[in-house]
Amino acid sequence: MKDNSPVGAAANDLATAPRTVKLACRNVWKLYGAGAESFLARHGGDPSAEQIDKAGLIAAVRDVSLEVGVGETFIIMGLSGSGKSTLVRCLSRLVQPTAGEVIFEGRDLLKASDKELIEIRRHKMGMVFQHFALLPHLTVLGNVAFPLSIQGVDKAAREARAREVIELVGLAGRETAFPRELSGGQQQRVGIARSLAVKPEIWFLDEPFSALDPLIRREMQSELLRLQSLLQKTIVFITHDFDEAIRLADRIAIMKEGSIIQTGTPEEIVTRPATDYVAEFTREVPRAKVVSARALMSPAATGGEYAVRVPASAKIAAIASAIVAADRPFAVIDDTGKVIGELRRDAVIDVLAGREGRS
Amino acid sequence: MSAVASVAMPANAIRSGWRWAWAGLIVAIIVLYLNAEWLPWAVVYPKNNVLPLMAVVDIVMKWLVDNFSWLTRGISSVMEVPLDFTIGLFAKGFSFGDGDSAFRIPRLSWLGIVAATACIGFSYGRWPLALLTGGCMLYIALFGQWESAMLTLASIAICVPVGVAAGLAVGIWGHRAPQANKLFITPMLDLMQTVPAFAYLVPVLFLFGHGQVPALIVTVMFAMPPMVRATILALSQVPPEINDFGDMVGCTRRQKLWRVLVPSSRPLLMIGVNQVIMLTLNMVIIASMIGAGGLGFDVLLAVRAMKIGQGVEAGLALVVLAITLDRLSQAAATHKPVLHPPGTPFWHRHPYAMLALAILAVTTLLSTVVPALHEIPASITMTTAPIWAKIVGWINVNFFDAIEAVRVWLLLNILKPFKIFLLGAPWLGLAAAAAVAGLQAGGWRLALLIGLLAIFPALTGVWDKTMVTIYLCAIGSVFSAMLGIPIGILAARHDRFRSIVLPVIDTLQTLPSFVYLIPAVMLLRVGDVTALVAVVLFAIVPAIRYTIFGIRGVPPETIEAAIVSGCTPRQILFRVQLPLAIPEIMLGINQTIMLALSMLVITALVGTQDLGQEVNTALSKAQPGRALVTGLTVAFIGIIADRLIQAWSLRARRRLNLA
Repeated sequence: MKDNSPVGAAANDLATAPRTVKLACRNVWKLYGAGAESFLARHGGDPSAEQIDKAGLIAAVRDVSLEVGVGETFIIMGLSGSGKSTLVRCLSRLVQPTAGEVIFEGRDLLKASDKELIEIRRHKMGMVFQHFALLPHLTVLGNVAFPLSIQGVDKAAREARAREVIELVGLAGRETAFPRELSGGQQQRVGIARSLAVKPEIWFLDEPFSALDPLIRREMQSELLRLQSLLQKTIVFITHDFDEAIRLADRIAIMKEGSIIQTGTPEEIVTRPATDYVAEFTREVPRAKVVSARALMSPAATGGEYAVRVPASAKIAAIASAIVAADRPFAVIDDTGKVIGELRRDAVIDVLAGREGRS
Repeated sequence: MSAVASVAMPANAIRSGWRWAWAGLIVAIIVLYLNAEWLPWAVVYPKNNVLPLMAVVDIVMKWLVDNFSWLTRGISSVMEVPLDFTIGLFAKGFSFGDGDSAFRIPRLSWLGIVAATACIGFSYGRWPLALLTGGCMLYIALFGQWESAMLTLASIAICVPVGVAAGLAVGIWGHRAPQANKLFITPMLDLMQTVPAFAYLVPVLFLFGHGQVPALIVTVMFAMPPMVRATILALSQVPPEINDFGDMVGCTRRQKLWRVLVPSSRPLLMIGVNQVIMLTLNMVIIASMIGAGGLGFDVLLAVRAMKIGQGVEAGLALVVLAITLDRLSQAAATHKPVLHPPGTPFWHRHPYAMLALAILAVTTLLSTVVPALHEIPASITMTTAPIWAKIVGWINVNFFDAIEAVRVWLLLNILKPFKIFLLGAPWLGLAAAAAVAGLQAGGWRLALLIGLLAIFPALTGVWDKTMVTIYLCAIGSVFSAMLGIPIGILAARHDRFRSIVLPVIDTLQTLPSFVYLIPAVMLLRVGDVTALVAVVLFAIVPAIRYTIFGIRGVPPETIEAAIVSGCTPRQILFRVQLPLAIPEIMLGINQTIMLALSMLVITALVGTQDLGQEVNTALSKAQPGRALVTGLTVAFIGIIADRLIQAWSLRARRRLNLA
């Protein structure tokens, strides 16, 4: 891997720079077993894996720190047992972390009283579950209106709002159905509508599509992209499916054995995997789908003539056929329309051919 | 066997070690049996050393009565109010004021109740259920059992809601406080379900006086445990995601319980409700013997007076009442709610309930002017009693010799010798044998528990009665297993046979235990053989059921593997299915033993001389100490059998890699 290249640095800046932080956690630990807290304190808050094993504890989350910006889709990716589910439960405080801080809108969630926590969850958080977690005794309408009814919203108002979100997820007409009468994909649409009913500030999705068939899964991913383009929520999304992560994420955190081993944009992770473990995931990913024009451009030759202008964020897959057919390089422009580099045909062909030839 | 030993010795050495231990023990028991004078205190427990536990309990109870009678009488008078109401509603009507000037409200019209029951049946199960339930109620009305059945129903109408609510409350407590559940609730439930209900009838009678209220209290105590268990199980089986969901939408503790957890576990909870109903019926029958009246009392009277026809009629009324309640509550449990558009008025959302209420109101109003709607006209009632009496008479005339031959043979060749041996065997040897079995099956702790439980009857002076109970229970269980397991195997292998057997045993299981006495008494009169027949009839069901489930539960791939290996059907059964089903079958035998024990207490009514008879006597003489100690002894027999079989079953499952 070649680090410190100017192109990679540029991509990095883009991802982290402008957003204000919605949700962050610092040095979060979750250890299971008797005396976990005192054990952690004894080892200065940073025990090694051997020490944890020796104490007979199980580490589900080890020293995780992350920041999620407003409006960002942040994906936590890991295989089963990597601790991603526990981490998201620490972030929503369904699970009490053994140590660390969870900062939501500037305040430490772990210090909130039970009463405050109930208020925060009622008005600012939404969660979608892997197995939908719909209430079997309520209809679609009843399920979607349920979070509002818990808050004591009156019947007319909550049903009006529920109908709105049901319409939004494309289930209008099925309000009176019971969950058992719906397909998996439809049930998860109900789950999504229900979590959106309270207009949450932060939206947790815990493997929302993992229980669905591959075709439905793709359809639901498109649905999520559509909703997100409308709603611009701050999303924490859990998945074990790397392709899903690549498709949906602004940024991805890859977890292994309770720790985050790399955080970055899909492009960064595919082009510059931090470890062999990460590289293993990225091997089968078509580069052209994640690599952007910015990452592939070379410095613009002065006074060069260009066939077409493309935005720096354009993915190679989207412009490949045009540039391969063209006889001159493309100009790469930034948001203001200024030319910041040029894109050559041979570089694109290298990517399409799967050659790691970017230099 | 401790882990150290099993590491140190090869398996064969352990096995032969056990063999020697058992051989030694058995020889010792036989030697002592034949030569009782060598160690007399080990054969017959010395009378002077009997712990005065019964007397102590009596003193404590008397103290309680002397000092807390205001409390218990208070509770009684509070509980009498709803009970008087339902009795008035179903059976006796209400009257305000005195004499002829009194203002009277009639009871619910019998025709109204029949029609309303059919109507509710229709709402849950369309015509088949409507015809079944309406027909059952009509049967009770036309065959002259209405008054008694309504008295029974009035008690049920109080006991079931109280039992369900109390069970739900305790279950929720157990769910929220796992520690309390483990240390207190579960052991209490185990005890409550193994102590025969009769036994705690006596202290309750002592505390609360004679009458319907103590019967009510005992019934609730008896019927509640399955609801507690169902609640704890149902709440623990709510998917963790639903639990998380409740937290994530910001439910308070109360909201999460009542709006998320309880509704989403409704199906399992309804199974608990069904069990409460059936156990309530079962117990109300038994309790009716101490003054509550009703169907149980009729059956008891008929059985005592050997009025065969009346006994059968009252028994059949019990059966149809049980079937009605069972089918209705099961249908209600599996019934899926129908959705109505918002704003639908109440009577539109519950049309059948409204119709049923209307029928009841109209017929009851009419009954004030049309006497036929109030009392069932004698001209349309009929009785089958003479027919039953004739049938039984005919059987007795024609088959008396055959039945009698079987009875005498059983008595002389199996029952008597076993009874004599148990009564003469050294108590210390038998207790030691139980402890050694515990050691072999589950280790030192189990051995200690079983040893202590086993010497309890000797210490408290009820050893001989205990042996009679064990002898009847053991023979009854063995017979049940010998009949039940082959039936189960056949049913598991033949679909058509199974489709007959399953509904039959389902129905058998809903019947109150009392009913089983009737045919046994009719054909065999009173005595040990009669008790044995009743026990086997009652206790055979789990042996059949668990055998079917055990064999059918063998994974299909395993069967396919056996077929591919060229097994004949017989080889598949004996080499694959049965060995794999043994843990399950053992659990069935466990249940059989429990049912046999509970039936034995009732068979005391037909004259056995065991612990059940002790309880029965204590009941009639109001001796709480005697009743509690003998009741506990029955419970301890049950616990010993249960723990031993559970441990064996676990070992078998481990060996088969199933657990």
